[in-house]
Amino acid sequence: MGIDLALLWAIIILFGVMMYVVMDGFDLGIGVLYLFVPGKDDRDVMMNTVAPVWDGNETWLVLGGAGLLAAFPLAYAVILSAFMLPLVFMLLGLIFRGVAFEFRFKAGASARHFWDKAFIAGSIAATFFQGVTLGAYIDGVPIANGAYAGGPLDWLRPFPIFTGFGLIVAYALLGCTWLVFKTEGRLQRRMVQLARPLTLGLLAVIIALSVWTPLAHPRIAERWFSMPNLLWFAPVPVLVALTAYALLRALRTEPHAGPFLLTLVLVFLGYSGLGISLWPNVIPPDVSIWDASGPAQSQGFTLVGALLIIPMILMYTAWSYYVFRGKVKSGEGYH
Amino acid sequence: MDADALLLARIQFGFTISFHIIFPAITIGLASYLFVLEACWLKTGKPVFRDLYAYWLRIFAVNFAMGVVSGLVMAYQFGTNWSYFSQFAGGITGPLLAYEVLTAFFLEAGFLGVMLFGLKRVGPGLHLFATFMVALGTLISATWILASNSWMQTPAGFEIVGGRAVPVDWIAVILNPSFPYRLAHMSMAAFLATALMVAAAAGWHLLRGRDDPAVRKMMSMAMWMLLFAAPLQLAIGDLHGLNTLRHQPAKLAAIEGHWENEPGRAVPFTLVGWPDMRQEKNHFAVEIPHGGSLLLTHSWDGQFPGLKEFAPQDRPNATVVFWTFRLMVGLGLLMIALAAWGAWARWRGRLFESRALWRCALYMGPSGLVAMIAGWMTTEVGRQPWIVYGVMRTADGVSPHGAGELALTLALFVVVYFVLFGAGTVYMLQLIGRGPAPMAEPEGGPGEQRTPSRPLSAAGPAAAAPSEHG
Repeated sequence: MGIDLALLWAIIILFGVMMYVVMDGFDLGIGVLYLFVPGKDDRDVMMNTVAPVWDGNETWLVLGGAGLLAAFPLAYAVILSAFMLPLVFMLLGLIFRGVAFEFRFKAGASARHFWDKAFIAGSIAATFFQGVTLGAYIDGVPIANGAYAGGPLDWLRPFPIFTGFGLIVAYALLGCTWLVFKTEGRLQRRMVQLARPLTLGLLAVIIALSVWTPLAHPRIAERWFSMPNLLWFAPVPVLVALTAYALLRALRTEPHAGPFLLTLVLVFLGYSGLGISLWPNVIPPDVSIWDASGPAQSQGFTLVGALLIIPMILMYTAWSYYVFRGKVKSGEGYH
Repeated sequence: MDADALLLARIQFGFTISFHIIFPAITIGLASYLFVLEACWLKTGKPVFRDLYAYWLRIFAVNFAMGVVSGLVMAYQFGTNWSYFSQFAGGITGPLLAYEVLTAFFLEAGFLGVMLFGLKRVGPGLHLFATFMVALGTLISATWILASNSWMQTPAGFEIVGGRAVPVDWIAVILNPSFPYRLAHMSMAAFLATALMVAAAAGWHLLRGRDDPAVRKMMSMAMWMLLFAAPLQLAIGDLHGLNTLRHQPAKLAAIEGHWENEPGRAVPFTLVGWPDMRQEKNHFAVEIPHGGSLLLTHSWDGQFPGLKEFAPQDRPNATVVFWTFRLMVGLGLLMIALAAWGAWARWRGRLFESRALWRCALYMGPSGLVAMIAGWMTTEVGRQPWIVYGVMRTADGVSPHGAGELALTLALFVVVYFVLFGAGTVYMLQLIGRGPAPMAEPEGGPGEQRTPSRPLSAAGPAAAAPSEHG
């Protein structure tokens, strides 16, 4: 067959995970930001900015999982069983977060505090353990005879813990600039205030990761710092610096959609950096997308559907965001 | 992999899927019901349909959220706990799951926001379209996931190359022998369970003296649905049973508690009894002569394989399968009885007068869900010891985890599920208990505070200054 199915599938899955990071990123970030916003009305508005779309955002995560199973069953089996504990903790966090959307509005005043806390704790736990899983994934997954060969707690190391916290900062900034975009008045001003330290925090995280990863992994250092790669990849850190600068500037004057879009660029750049470090391995450090490929019949069959349907999904998702466009006001339900 | 860890992994899967299946089943039924309600409203303009739509929409929203989050767990559990199975069969179940996400989950999620919150933003026609897309999504979702499950029950269209299942004919994979029966049986179960829930809600309000057009309409619609669906489900179930006899005879033997054939003798139907796996016989059996032959071969003294024809390590646990099956069928017969009673009462003009009927409808409220879980236990326990029937054993599919991690995660799932889904059930029951309200009253839908339980309390001093501590 002339088409490189594994390559196409890697692109689709990377795209799906990217969509997930960006979209569920901002709604998980809102859970983190609840910590800084105590008032009920403000919290209502914050939740209402994402209530109509969070379910679709989360679906990209399911697409990532199902795509991995369909195209790279070996990677799905090894990675998921390697990270069983952090993934289960992440799922439990997502459960608390997800039910809080509905339960919070059904509960009376006393129970609402409980669901607010469930929303905060669930969002933070889901984000943290996603970050932990990411860090442990970058560190590599030992494999023997087609199965995970490490222990259940191998992810409990400084680097994954750091990426866990790092992702909390990233999602918080996404949520924060989303709210700058979708709210007004006092709440928006509060978010503008928070966005500055969060931007600097994310920048620090990106710098720390850029130093730590190549130091810990000679292969990744070689990928970045050998010629001619260095020239090719040099724009990434430069663009990160420029974007962060533009973001901080955009926060100064009458911000609207700008900071959010610039945060998306920042997150995209960070994500590309990770992609450059790991490519073309689907189970770092040595199993490539071609080694882990499932049957060509499976990849081909699913590819047809993915290529036809993903554009339609993007269209009606965009339509749904369009329906709920504009600032969300206090006391405004969507009825 | 030791036996304890295998058992824990199986309990974990059984526990999480049993909880999960309840929510999508209600989602499937309610989404279609909501579509019918909204279509009736647009066509007739009668406010009763709009009020019922608003009422069931809130319940739907709570249920949907629980379905999404409990389903997320399932999508990952195949990898975390059943990695050898995923590696072996991922080339088949993976694409089916991926198509479910692409064609169903995104459809539901994309239009759900508009359905729940968008009526004032898009206008009635487009809103009806959104409701339709969500309802369609739920049915497409059921189609893919049942194709995947049915393939595990009656695998077809593949060959084993290099130690993994490779699809050779996708049509045969998807339209595998048990798929049409399972799809019909499960979809009908979802409609039945929802109709029983709606009938119970109506019965409860009628019993409390709330006799208004909306409540009457609910009771009437639910009873029509039952009258249509309950007998049809029995017929589908019969066909499904015959299909199981052809493709999974050991499961069928366990369902029947049928151990061995005697030459020339018809197989009786064992009404009740206690199949004993060790002694290979039934205790306390009450049998109907020729019953088994009639039911399964549709002839007076036909025979079908008994459990003893299968090696002991290839037999499912007949004690469990025998009883879960009888629970399902028993409840199904009660549903038919309720449907018949309802039809008779309607014919006599007593549908809105018979308290006994309302009470019965109320008690039967959860019976659809109970029957559904019992049915799934029958078919899943009956598939054992295979994860892919006749191809891969469950013991060979499980991830190499220790009992410790599995016990920890199982305990966490049990605690979290009971607390959260317990609370969710309470909220759903509260919403049901509040009853349909005319649209003019404050709404308690998603994105708004809850509706005051008494109209006056909205203006009362207690509600005017609720304590807020952030």
